Amino acid sequence: MSLWKIAWRSIQQRALASALTAFSMALGVALVVAVIVIHGVIDQSFRRGAQGYDLIVGAKGSPLELVLAAVYHLGRVPANMSYDAYDELVNGQFAADIEVAIPICLGDNFKGFRVIGTTPDMFARLEYLGGRKYEFAEGRNFDDVAPREAVIGATAARKTGLKVGDTFRPVHGSAATRGEEHEPFEIVGVLAPTGTPNDRAIFVNIEGFYQMHTKSPEEPDRALPAMKAETKPKSQAADPQSKEQDENVPEKGESAAGKSEDEPGEKQESHAEHKHHHEGIPDEHKEITAVLVVLNPKIPPPRQIALPKLISKQLDVQAVAPAEQIDNMLRGIVGNVQLVLLILAVMIVVVAGIGIMVSIYNSMSDRRHEIAIIRALGARRTTIMVVVLLESILLALGGGAAGLVLGHGLTGVLSPIIADQTGVSVNPFQFQLSELILIPGLIVLATAVGYLPAVVAYRTDVAQSLIASP
Amino acid sequence: MLLQLREVKKSFFQPDGSELPILDIPEFDVDAGDQVVLVGRSGCGKTTLLHIIAGISRPTSGRVKIDGWDIALMDESEVDQFRAERIGYVYQTFNLLPSFTALENVLLGMTFGRERPDRERAKALLKRVGLEHRLTHKPPMLSVGEQQRVAVARALANRPQLILADEPTANVDVGNQQQIIDLLRETCREENVALILVTHAPEVAEQFDRVEYLEKINLVRGGR
Repeated sequence: MSLWKIAWRSIQQRALASALTAFSMALGVALVVAVIVIHGVIDQSFRRGAQGYDLIVGAKGSPLELVLAAVYHLGRVPANMSYDAYDELVNGQFAADIEVAIPICLGDNFKGFRVIGTTPDMFARLEYLGGRKYEFAEGRNFDDVAPREAVIGATAARKTGLKVGDTFRPVHGSAATRGEEHEPFEIVGVLAPTGTPNDRAIFVNIEGFYQMHTKSPEEPDRALPAMKAETKPKSQAADPQSKEQDENVPEKGESAAGKSEDEPGEKQESHAEHKHHHEGIPDEHKEITAVLVVLNPKIPPPRQIALPKLISKQLDVQAVAPAEQIDNMLRGIVGNVQLVLLILAVMIVVVAGIGIMVSIYNSMSDRRHEIAIIRALGARRTTIMVVVLLESILLALGGGAAGLVLGHGLTGVLSPIIADQTGVSVNPFQFQLSELILIPGLIVLATAVGYLPAVVAYRTDVAQSLIASP
Repeated sequence: MLLQLREVKKSFFQPDGSELPILDIPEFDVDAGDQVVLVGRSGCGKTTLLHIIAGISRPTSGRVKIDGWDIALMDESEVDQFRAERIGYVYQTFNLLPSFTALENVLLGMTFGRERPDRERAKALLKRVGLEHRLTHKPPMLSVGEQQRVAVARALANRPQLILADEPTANVDVGNQQQIIDLLRETCREENVALILVTHAPEVAEQFDRVEYLEKINLVRGGR
């Protein structure tokens, strides 16, 4: 018969006390697991969310605010950058560096979900989670020439009840401000779930977005405040000196936004056509909140590293690497919060461990006779000590296993709330590697707290305890 | 000679520093396969003597040799090992572990020796004591007589050379008393195990060829 079984039988004999002790350990471990899993998943989700883009370009200001707004649809909408700067970015000296550049405009919402003005390339050319193509659960991508068409993310569709063929009226501002209601858009596609923040957004044709905020080309002054930032002359952005410094700089008109599919000769024409069918809204009246940029994979790493600074300097904008910003945020803010929560949860586990010690220690006076019987059968003092330590370890690990299940269950319960509040989807069955440390951690804790009762067991006087009544 | 006790003394020190002798055995021998009954009044040191033979208590002085090994000279872990492999013990209160089944209680008797617990032998022993249908029952589910039979099976589990039985029939009814005595004597005979049995009951003592009387602190050789 193994010593594990002897320890287990001892636990069974005090089933209620053992169950309560293990339960307190389970609660502590559940909290640790919930903190680890939720932090891990949020961390992963944030990092994964930033995977589709190498750079985010926007007006100067807080880089984190820009990334949160442009990629995660969270926080305050940052100031806009001029259309000229965007034009210079995709057609000017950086065109050869850029594989894809998707403009986005923010400032409206529908039932709390951000309405984002963008181009069809958002779903046709961008990828998410490291190489996955956007797919439509229903309908299709919106058309470049149909300004009132929209595509809705999976979660937003589910929550708003919008489906293909429905129309909706975006509201200016955030859900809290309840601004002016705009002209309706028609949903032409519902995105398949992506597990990214884009599930919680509604995407409209950027031309339609401009139309919402500019009644007609003749009435540019009616543009909403978010679009009234100063525009900058193209000549300022196109610096011939810097162009000379880089052999990769393309000729004007070699659009990065349309580069992959069009021949160079056709690009100029395509861009002109593009301008033409935008129902005449002049570029100087357009503004852009951010540009999602995928860099040309062929550019050398030093150039990749230098690009954010170069773009920021040359175009008077800020170009930030989302992964870097998210890393800073996770380490600087989220990491510290997690550390505090983790310390609290670990303290609860330690208290539960002390509970195990008290439980076993209190049982010692009742168990002296049993210990004496086992000793009389030939068990050594150290064997008895090991049995008590194993009992402590079994209680801690049993409680820990229950806590693991409970923790993931708790995460499952919290998952929809987190997804609703932040758009970050938390998979309750996703195990984090750091959870593995719980096993040796609990064994060490159980050994430490089991030591005192084990010593009491070790010192049991066999002859006296055998004579005493059971 | 299986068991040899020479000048074995046991005494306790009282709070005032004086020594209180509780056992003084000048000589006591038991041959392999012998069956000896030990009789004496309460408090005369019978249980203490069994504890000393089992190595549970150490004598204050003297030699306790079992199969040539002087357990008084061994360290505690060696004595524990020795007891696990060579001695079986049957108690007045059975001393079965209540959370273990009958089979597990018997297996426990084999756990602390060098050899691996033999489940088949444990089952065979329980069958031998008439409890093959009670293998998975825990002590609280067994009658008093059945519990003592499990205790006998456990004492034999490690193939001991010597069984020490401390008033094994004191807590069982008259009907079971004789069954237990018969069972102990027969199984010891079958396995060629020496038996030292402590009893107050004259009707038990008179069944044995060799009776030793423990009076006050001295062993007085008796016999029939």
